[in-house]
Amino acid sequence: MKGKAGDYLLYDEASGTYHEDPEQAVRDDVEKHYWLNVGRTIVKDWRLYVMLVPMLLVFLFWRYFPMYELLGSFKVPDGILPVNDQLFSGFSYFKRLLVGGDSLSQNFWMAMRNTFLLSFYGLCFGFPMPIILALFFNEVRSNAARSALQVMTYLPKFMSTVVMTSLVTMLVKQGSIIGEMGIVSQALSALGLISKEAGNAGLLNNPDYFRAIYQISGIWEEAGYGSIVFFAAIIAISPTSYEAAQIDGAGKWAQMRYVVLPSILSTIVIMLITRIGSLLNIGYEKVLLLYNTKTYVTADVISTLAYRTGLGGGAGTGIASAAEMMNNVVGMLLVIGANTIARKASNTSLY
Amino acid sequence: MKRKLEISELIFKILSYVFLTIFALMCLYPFVYAVSASMSGRTAVQESQVVLLPKDIQFEAFSAMFSNNMFWNSYANTLFLTFYGTLWALGVSILGAYALSKKRLLFRKTFNFFLVFTMWFSAGIIPQYLNYLDTQKVFNAMGIMDDKWLVVIAMGMAAMNIILLRNAFENVPSEIEEAAIVDGATEMQVLNKVYIPMSKSTIATVALFFAISRWNGYFWARQMISNGNEHPLQVFIRLQLEMYTDPDQMSGWDRIYAPDSMIYALIVCSIIPILIIYPFIQKYFAKGTNVGGVKE
Repeated sequence: MKGKAGDYLLYDEASGTYHEDPEQAVRDDVEKHYWLNVGRTIVKDWRLYVMLVPMLLVFLFWRYFPMYELLGSFKVPDGILPVNDQLFSGFSYFKRLLVGGDSLSQNFWMAMRNTFLLSFYGLCFGFPMPIILALFFNEVRSNAARSALQVMTYLPKFMSTVVMTSLVTMLVKQGSIIGEMGIVSQALSALGLISKEAGNAGLLNNPDYFRAIYQISGIWEEAGYGSIVFFAAIIAISPTSYEAAQIDGAGKWAQMRYVVLPSILSTIVIMLITRIGSLLNIGYEKVLLLYNTKTYVTADVISTLAYRTGLGGGAGTGIASAAEMMNNVVGMLLVIGANTIARKASNTSLY
Repeated sequence: MKRKLEISELIFKILSYVFLTIFALMCLYPFVYAVSASMSGRTAVQESQVVLLPKDIQFEAFSAMFSNNMFWNSYANTLFLTFYGTLWALGVSILGAYALSKKRLLFRKTFNFFLVFTMWFSAGIIPQYLNYLDTQKVFNAMGIMDDKWLVVIAMGMAAMNIILLRNAFENVPSEIEEAAIVDGATEMQVLNKVYIPMSKSTIATVALFFAISRWNGYFWARQMISNGNEHPLQVFIRLQLEMYTDPDQMSGWDRIYAPDSMIYALIVCSIIPILIIYPFIQKYFAKGTNVGGVKE
């Protein structure tokens, strides 16, 4: 508290008088000249701040300005007026999406469900795969053989989404006058996993197969690369742990159960929490490249719905922004929540 | 006792070799098939005689593609976007990360939060799209008519990469910097002569992250680049595929090569550069994932 004399007057017992605390005077001075000192420091280190400027501008212009555009989802659209002059319509778009009862709201809930389900199946099937791969990689003792296998499984991760989805499209394409159905469709129908008719009509044209195609291509793309972090945790286990277990008569399964799994459990928990945190942040590019009008029922996610609704302009942009904003706000809460749990659980924060 | 141990280990070992081999081959198969189908004859592809190895080897699809100017254009555009995009993103990231790594930087926490928040929350496709449209207007008013510069400058910055660099810079011992300052080095010299050489491998990793994402970039390039001659390779591949899978267009395909071969040939050409450098760079990527455990 500045200005109250009693706070920094010290009582001198020897003389029986009050006198000022010299340190407090310095503190006051620092407080009074806070911004001056800030200015002085910035001038002294000006080069540092100049270095920071391009980065801050890039993030301001192209990450934070779009957030300002989000205001459009609260405003009544009127093509003539800029965003900040439009009438405030409150939560009417949000209400319409959530409880509108019309086809827009139905599509919104369908997309919400698809977003969640695609992530959830990814969690069930895509998440364990890298762990299994890492456990198996650990069994390959020859370094050359292991590296070769690892390099082969990482490769798809470096291919673009367009290349991956083009390959998927071609491998399960429909039969037509210019060629039979895709080679993978043929293999699947030969194995009896799909009917010949389904293969001929094109698997990507059938909503029943979209989720499976999405997950399997996801495993193809991610599993090898995802195994790196688990493999690193496994090779960090000291060989003495295995030896001790062997002396105690542990077979391979017991070693897995009592040595390996407990050692990599913290990594698994962290990765699982991250995964749950990003449950709603589904990559729209891959869905956009794989789906078509026939498969919206199972494939349409919030981002792709917003993309189609919003690019028309007019009222569409407001509603589309509102839909995505709801998704992203819930997504952000999940990320922050997951991060907090991870920090508590293991003392390592992910961000 | 001893014997039981060996059997369970042996079973697991065999299981892992078999499983990994099958999985790795399945990962590779689509690429091998693409290569084979791209150089097989028309009837062989259409009647599905190509399963693993090419049949009736011919290179009509490749020569048709190489004689297409659009293909070379898109390749050049991709090289342009990758080169300048990586240079710009890496330059901005290194400068920013260096400043953020300094304890004496005021409002350091605020700046960090400014970055990290963009990893938690994104405005979404439509607001971003509207924002890029505005940017395009500003750029055009400034006389930058080529939309490729919009893609280079406005897109592709990643907070995660800046944090990776910042962490690497923080790990450089401050004594070396102090020694350089005593010798009269300026801020820029400290960065150039001390920090960059000492964090070479992280910088290489981040540069590769940027380059790969630029090479593979598709969505925004397609939305924002209106002129077909400026499209990068990924957009070109996708447009070809869309044309091919559109049933109305099918009757137009009456060439020596199967249209499938054309798509596969395109895919093969777009991944060749990555396949060539992949063996040399993959160790950096493995490193990048291990840098996890990032602190705020």
